[in-house]
Amino acid sequence: METNRLWDSKGDRVFNVINYVVMSCALIIVLYPLLFVISSSLSSKEAVNAGRVLLWPVEFGLDGYRAVFREPTFLQAFARSVGYTAAGTIINVVITILAAYPLSRKDLAGRNRIMLLFGFTMFFAGGLIPNYILVKDLGMLDTPWALWLPGALSIWNMIIARTYFQTTIPTELLEAAQMDGCNDYKFLWHVALRLSGPIVAVITLFYAVEHWNQYFNALLYLKSPDLYPLQLVLRQILIRSQVDIEIAGNAAQVAEMVGMAELLKYSLIVVATLPMMIVYPFVQRYFVKGVMIGALKG
Amino acid sequence: MYGAIISFKDYNIIKGVWDSPWAGLKHFDRFINSYDFWRIMGNTLTLSLYHLVASFPFPIMLALGLNYIRHARFKKTIQMVTYAPHFISIVVMVGIVLQFLSPRTGPLAAIASWFGWELPNMMGDPEMFKSVYVWSGIWQHTGFACIIYLAALAGVDPALHEAAIMDGASKVRRIWHIDIPSILPIIVILLILDMGRIFDLGFEKVLLLQNPLNARTSEIIDTYVYNVGLQSMMPNFSYASAIGLFKNVLAFILVLTVNQISKRVGQSSLW
Repeated sequence: METNRLWDSKGDRVFNVINYVVMSCALIIVLYPLLFVISSSLSSKEAVNAGRVLLWPVEFGLDGYRAVFREPTFLQAFARSVGYTAAGTIINVVITILAAYPLSRKDLAGRNRIMLLFGFTMFFAGGLIPNYILVKDLGMLDTPWALWLPGALSIWNMIIARTYFQTTIPTELLEAAQMDGCNDYKFLWHVALRLSGPIVAVITLFYAVEHWNQYFNALLYLKSPDLYPLQLVLRQILIRSQVDIEIAGNAAQVAEMVGMAELLKYSLIVVATLPMMIVYPFVQRYFVKGVMIGALKG
Repeated sequence: MYGAIISFKDYNIIKGVWDSPWAGLKHFDRFINSYDFWRIMGNTLTLSLYHLVASFPFPIMLALGLNYIRHARFKKTIQMVTYAPHFISIVVMVGIVLQFLSPRTGPLAAIASWFGWELPNMMGDPEMFKSVYVWSGIWQHTGFACIIYLAALAGVDPALHEAAIMDGASKVRRIWHIDIPSILPIIVILLILDMGRIFDLGFEKVLLLQNPLNARTSEIIDTYVYNVGLQSMMPNFSYASAIGLFKNVLAFILVLTVNQISKRVGQSSLW
């Protein structure tokens, strides 16, 4: 589609100009709210409360961030979320590979029938209430297991992994390994997984993002506030506007906190999203790859 | 899924799923004849269709536009920036929406005041709820959704373009006669898939955007199940579960139908 500039006709030049303008507009529309949030978080509380921040920070200051890092509820929830995400992702990836690899092998008896069962759950589910009752009856209510086990296997990711195994690991390799006396477990661990680095990275990322951003399961299954993940704490502050004033201790601090609410929200948004945004540029290509592999199947 | 049988029973916490007495189709009957039924079905379907119709064309346009951007760095920047919002969590996203639309401190209010307008409180207006939901979704997901079209466009045979250029075709004509027909199969498949998912709205986002002021238009089947089954003072598990099952059965039939249609049209099918 690259054409030499000299060749462009007049109509094409008009097209180019319009296209660049439209694309720049798209860029600005997406960028502006992000920029606005960051600028607000770096402004003074008076400027934020008066709605004076539009593009750049007004009366630059780090008060919002200081308040965020002084708040123990937030820091604990942050740490908890890191833990939930790490443990949950490990469970997800192990189960996904253990399901995907056998299903990628043509010599698995009843393969299509098992796939059909898995596939069925993609399109039909019992619903919210039966899930809740199940989790309750299994005694997982108000434990971290309720966040890890109900979604332990995403069929979509499993299909992506299976497709990858099927297309990249040649049967000859398996036969050769079997000749040398290699059993299935060894083959999976020493051969198949070593050849599947990219796909393991893709599904790990998909799962990790999901865990980090997940709030609803926690809202549904967790009752005690000292188990709350970050997103649930954020929900209280950002959406229900409940800033915990008691934690601020003495009266002077309370007075200081009251005017801070809006500024605090912006700072929270930035701090909570930062881990994702720092990692994202480096792993972007894996996400794109994941979408492509998924598209092959879909 | 086993627990879904409580939809046909009068579930009692003490007796458990198995020993609760059968109730037949009582709960389904009650829901279909209830005062809320048409309002909730209507909300679900209009929100879904609005979302589908409004958000479907944008990724395609973005991909077509990006495809003709010559400066690699500009193109990379646009991709990087437009993909990013996809990774913002729902809670934070809704938080940003609330801050942004705030009639008191939000930037939109400030911009509107330059022109002497006053920004309405969009979160409190039932008529605005659907637009807030749909357009914030477009803002967040257009970039990421365009990846698949970009990939399809990259697969278009360059020989077609070269031939068209030799024949003096303009870029607009090349888009119309080469690019769009080439990615049409993917467009059709994705459209069909999306239509099959009409009942699967972003329930978690609706729940967060919902407040007592906009509940009239923001109550969809999923939030209704949640509110009736788990949030109310006297949770009615069986009734809520029946509503959920009702929706899931409808959605499943829809997926099957849509898949049949896509087979008939000669495009590929889901299975």
